[in-house]
Amino acid sequence: MNDLTSAENIDYSCFPDERGHFGIYGGRFVSETLISALDELAAIYGRLKDDPKFQEEFDKDMAHYVGRPSPLYHAERWSREVGGAQIYLKREDLNHTGAHKVNNTIGQALLAKYSGKKRVIAETGAGQHGVASATVATRLGLECEVFMGEEDIRRQSLNVYRMKLLGAKVTSVTSGTKTLKDAMNEAMRDWVTNVDDTFYIIGTVAGPHPYPELVRDFQSIIGREARKQCLDQTGKLPDVLVACVGGGSNAIGLFHPFLNDETVKMVGVEAGGDGVETGRHAAPLNDGIPGVLHGGRTYLMEDENGQIIDTHSVSAGLDYPGVGPEHSWLKDLGRVDYVAVTDEEALSAFRELTLVEGIMPALESSHALAYAKKIAKDMSPDKTLVVNLSGRGDKDILTMADIDGITV
Amino acid sequence: MNRITQRMNALNEAGRKAFVAYIVSGDPRPSVTLETMNELVDKGVDIIELGIPFSDPMAEGKVIQSGHERALEHNVSLTSSIEVVKQFRERDNETPVVLMGYANPIERKGYQIFADMAADAGVDGVLTVDLPPEEAVDLNAELKRVGLENIFLLAPTTTPSRIRDIVSLASGFIYYVSLKGVTGAGHLDLGSVKSKLSEIRKMTELPLCVGFGIKDGASAKAVSEHGDGAVVGSVFVDRMGELANASDAEIVSAVGQLAANIRLGLDS
Ligand SMILES: Cc1ncc(COP(=O)(O)O)c(C=O)c1O
Repeated sequence: MNDLTSAENIDYSCFPDERGHFGIYGGRFVSETLISALDELAAIYGRLKDDPKFQEEFDKDMAHYVGRPSPLYHAERWSREVGGAQIYLKREDLNHTGAHKVNNTIGQALLAKYSGKKRVIAETGAGQHGVASATVATRLGLECEVFMGEEDIRRQSLNVYRMKLLGAKVTSVTSGTKTLKDAMNEAMRDWVTNVDDTFYIIGTVAGPHPYPELVRDFQSIIGREARKQCLDQTGKLPDVLVACVGGGSNAIGLFHPFLNDETVKMVGVEAGGDGVETGRHAAPLNDGIPGVLHGGRTYLMEDENGQIIDTHSVSAGLDYPGVGPEHSWLKDLGRVDYVAVTDEEALSAFRELTLVEGIMPALESSHALAYAKKIAKDMSPDKTLVVNLSGRGDKDILTMADIDGITV
Repeated sequence: MNRITQRMNALNEAGRKAFVAYIVSGDPRPSVTLETMNELVDKGVDIIELGIPFSDPMAEGKVIQSGHERALEHNVSLTSSIEVVKQFRERDNETPVVLMGYANPIERKGYQIFADMAADAGVDGVLTVDLPPEEAVDLNAELKRVGLENIFLLAPTTTPSRIRDIVSLASGFIYYVSLKGVTGAGHLDLGSVKSKLSEIRKMTELPLCVGFGIKDGASAKAVSEHGDGAVVGSVFVDRMGELANASDAEIVSAVGQLAANIRLGLDS
């Protein structure tokens, strides 16, 4: 299947290849009409990524608008209670708009500006990427339309209202499963129709080339900062990195700058829903097979006829049947381990971090926390484990209240 | 010679344009598909494009999306659709049939198995919407091996150098997507279709069929004046949806009537 059967001797910074392939994954599986737009995007990005002026503008926004660098926080009390490794939290929850998503939307909105496009569109599941897109769009004076599944609009009403306050148009998607994957289909349809004046801001490391590469590059600021912060605070590289994986952008952002550091172990945590064995989950890397969706080849959840199937997770941001192609490749290479935790485990990690550290994590990030706790226990206290706290839990308060049977 | 090329040559000699009709396999239910195909042929359709339903039909507008959803409710699959073609061939050994769909069901089956099954059943060509030539190398080889045509799309946004590359890989006919948009869109611009087709014509001898946004006999005739044929889809699928609760016979006859009208317009 893959001529690269071993993770040794790979320089991870050299991927994808020029056609966007990570081994057999990635690529560009779109209809012909979009090819020229993707070529144009790849050309503009290729030119700007090494342009000092573009970088300077990006760095300036990261510092003064987003509030970076985000802290690497030693969760001492929680580490003590868990009773093993020292747990550090990379505080993406403190970013403007409340999650890592904004790192990417700032980058892509700058690309839109440099491309001279007047309108941006985005898909969103939990609404975090939609909010982050609406935020940067209104700031740059760009028209913004966000596609969101009817089901997610219901689940994430707070974020829907936030987007509207930010001047975005939120379009309800009623096809298919009425969730993130269908929102992405609809955004692609809009893009194909308005390709001349519209920039599509994809929210994760999925989609056709060059999206998985450029979203990864924008999100890699997480890992670059964490690497330096860890060296500064502990004098060594971390032993283990843990991040949740929906499409995989916060995870690849943390992992990528460490991939060539052989001693650093990495774990991506998928949404196990009711449990991987029940089939009601959103864990394609644990229980899927390679296929083609949304422009790339990657692990997918599908039936025996190749139809994409319904996913389940308490966290809307992880409720997606595919995953970024680079993760599929890293899984096959064995460089990163991919595991799953259940809704229940994630909810209990949410409550625990809230009470022990006074930090309310997003339900997505709670998946990473739940798994971190499991493995930290069995590690010695001189080891360090970094968890990507990809977002804050404010958006999930209504979901929690609902679970607790409380009307707020 | 492949049935597609035979049919295209015959039409060309007769000075007629090709009428390509798209329906979704199993829409609104599997029992109507075979009879609908026969009826389309009786009413003057030259090539049948049988849509393979997919859960995520990214290039389709609302109308055809709904057709896919109706078919999927009946668990219509790539395998069952190929089986319909096999039945169709028992009666009709001349009308070309092209399977039109998305990559994932074919990936799932495996390129080799798919190619063998399709060829065996009497399929003539395959159009995979989300498999541009760069990603189509392996499937292409399998289709060649079994003598199936690989139909590629060209779009208003396709650059001249790409057109040259794509026509060199294509066979059967070229499917020109008339507009920037999804199937069933309403903003067909005849002027731009004309100029793009003449640009493409300079680079290939292959027949050029034009699809997307063609709603009736008049628009079919208008686009095919600059090409070799017109592809009509959403109009049929829309009718299938309206008649989803009607009897098989009613659906078949309604779709046949639409086809007869379009044929009339195309030939006028
Ligand atoms: C806080 C947070 N974390 C994680 C995710 C999952 O996305 P990804 O896997 O691309 O990081 C989301 C998506 O909405 C999110 O809002």
